[in-house]
Amino acid sequence: MSQYMFLVYQDEVDPSEQAEREAELPVFVEFFRSLREAGLLVGVQRLRSVESATSLRVREGETEITDGPFAVTKEILAGYFILDCDDLDEALKHAARFPGARYGTVEVRPVMAPDEWVRVARQAGADVPDEAEKDLA
Amino acid sequence: MSGAQPADPVAAAVARAFRDERTIVLATLIRQAGDFQLAEDAVQDAFEAAVTAWRRDGVPANPGAWITTAARRRAIDRLRRDRSVADRAERLAELMRLDDQHEEEPSMEDESSIVDDRLRLIFTCCHPALDMSARVALTLRALGGMTTGEIARAFLVAEPTMGKRIVRAKRKIADAHIPYRVPADEELPDRLRGVLRVVYLIFNEGYAATGGDRLVREELCDEAIRLGELLSVLMPDDAEVWGLSALMLLHDARRAARVDSSGRYVALDAQDRSLWDQNRIRDGLANLERAVRLRRPGEYQLQAAITALQIEAPDAEATDWAQIAELYGALARLNPSPVVELNRAVAVGLADGPAAGLALVEPLLADSTLERYQPLHAAHAELLSRAGDTAGAAHAYERAIALSANAVERAELERRLGALR
Repeated sequence: MSQYMFLVYQDEVDPSEQAEREAELPVFVEFFRSLREAGLLVGVQRLRSVESATSLRVREGETEITDGPFAVTKEILAGYFILDCDDLDEALKHAARFPGARYGTVEVRPVMAPDEWVRVARQAGADVPDEAEKDLA
Repeated sequence: MSGAQPADPVAAAVARAFRDERTIVLATLIRQAGDFQLAEDAVQDAFEAAVTAWRRDGVPANPGAWITTAARRRAIDRLRRDRSVADRAERLAELMRLDDQHEEEPSMEDESSIVDDRLRLIFTCCHPALDMSARVALTLRALGGMTTGEIARAFLVAEPTMGKRIVRAKRKIADAHIPYRVPADEELPDRLRGVLRVVYLIFNEGYAATGGDRLVREELCDEAIRLGELLSVLMPDDAEVWGLSALMLLHDARRAARVDSSGRYVALDAQDRSLWDQNRIRDGLANLERAVRLRRPGEYQLQAAITALQIEAPDAEATDWAQIAELYGALARLNPSPVVELNRAVAVGLADGPAAGLALVEPLLADSTLERYQPLHAAHAELLSRAGDTAGAAHAYERAIALSANAVERAELERRLGALR
C-alpha cells in the first residue's frame, strides 16, 4: 500500500459556471464517502480562492512576501485529497472517477513515507533518530 | 550488442543468449526482485560475467539457465550492498529462496509464467503514465535488447540525453509504483492499444525517418517487427496484434525498393517490384489472414489490407484504388483523422480522377492543424499536376519542400517540382 496525493487544478470560471459546480457538491460527497467507507481516504481539503494566497520565501536572510500564488497559471490548485492505493493504476482509476476531473486536471503524486524520508537523509549523512519518523508523519 | 559480428564461438554463444534469452531472464527477474533498475543491472552483470566464465569453463549446455542463475545471484549481491532499497530484507529473502530452489535444476519456470512475465514487462514499459519517448526507449531497451547508445543514435539524440530519459522512466516506475502486471480485463483493450501504438511508432520512426540523411533506419524497423511477432505469440487472440504485425511486414517488404542506389526516394508507382521481399510479403499476408479470421476489424488490420491490395496488384495502374478508397472510408469511420482522410483523397484521386481527389483535399487545406503537414501539400501538388494546374502544383510542391525535414524526401519533392517545368 502506498499513499498518493491528488492535487486538483481548475480554471477559475465566471460566477454562473462556478455556481453550477458548487451545486454538484452531492456528487463529490458521494465520491469521498465511498472512498472513506472503503478505508482508502486519508484526507481531503478544499482551498479558498487563489486570490487569498500569499507566498513567502527567505533569501539571504530577508523574508520576501508576495500577494498571490507561487506560480500564476490558468489552472490553479483548488484542493487535494490523499488516498491509500495498491499502485499507480489504482490511483489513476480513482482520479478518473473524481467528479472534478471532468473540468479540471488531477495531478497524482506518490507520497514519500516518513521512513523513506529518514532513510534518504541518513544516506546523505544526516544523524536522524528513529523517533523522527513520528514527527514527519 | 545487436550490431556486432562475434569472431569466436564464446562471443557468438553470448550474443545468441543475449538475443534469445535476455528478455525472458530480465522479465522474470524484475518480478522476483521487484525492481526494474536492479534487475536490469544484474542481467547486464550476468552477461558480462558469461564472457569470462564461458571462455574458462566452456559454454554451458543451457545458456539461458546459466544466465538466469547468474543474474539472480548478481541481484542478491547488489541488494546486499544497497541499503537504500525500501523492502530490502523481503526481496533478499525471496531471491535467496528462489536460489535454493533452483540449485538442483536451475532450468526454466513453466511456460505460462514466462509468457506472463514478458507481457508484464511490455505493459510496464508502455505504461501511459510514462512519457511517450520514454515508453519507446524503455521498450527498445528491455524488449528489443538495444543499448542506450543504439537507441540514441536511432532517434538522433545525444546518448546522455537518452540515458537520462531511461533512468528517469525507471525511477518513475519505482517511485510511483507503476505495477508489474498484465492489466485487468476491463482495461486490457485500452492498454493493448497503447502498446501497439508504441510498437508502430518505433516502426514508423524507422520506416519514414523524420530527420537525418537516411530515409529508412532498418534497425528500428527490424526491432518493431520482432516486437510485433513477440506480441502475436503472447496474445494470439487479438486481431489487431496480427493486423499490426501484418502491416509492418508488408510495409517493410518494400524497404529495398523505396530508395534507389544513390539514396533517392522512389514512389510506390515507380518501384522495382522485383526488389520487394517475397518472404516478408508471404509472412505479412499470412498474418493479415490470421487477423481477418478473428472477425474484428481494427485500424491496423484495415491498413494492412490496403497495403496488401497495393502489393498484390501486378502494377500501379492495375491496383484496385476504388476498394482502397473504400477501406480508407472504413478506417475513417473507425478512427476519424485528417491523415486518413488525406489518404482516402489520394486513393479517390487515383480511382475517379484528380478532380474527385481535389474535392476531398480542399477541406483539409482549410484545416489549420494540417497547415504544416508535409504529405498534404505533396499530395495536393500531385493532384494539381495531374489536373493540369502546373502553377498551382509548383506552389504546393514548394510548400511541401519547405516543410520536409528529411533530406532524401526533400530531394524527391524537388525532382518532382523540377519535372513540372
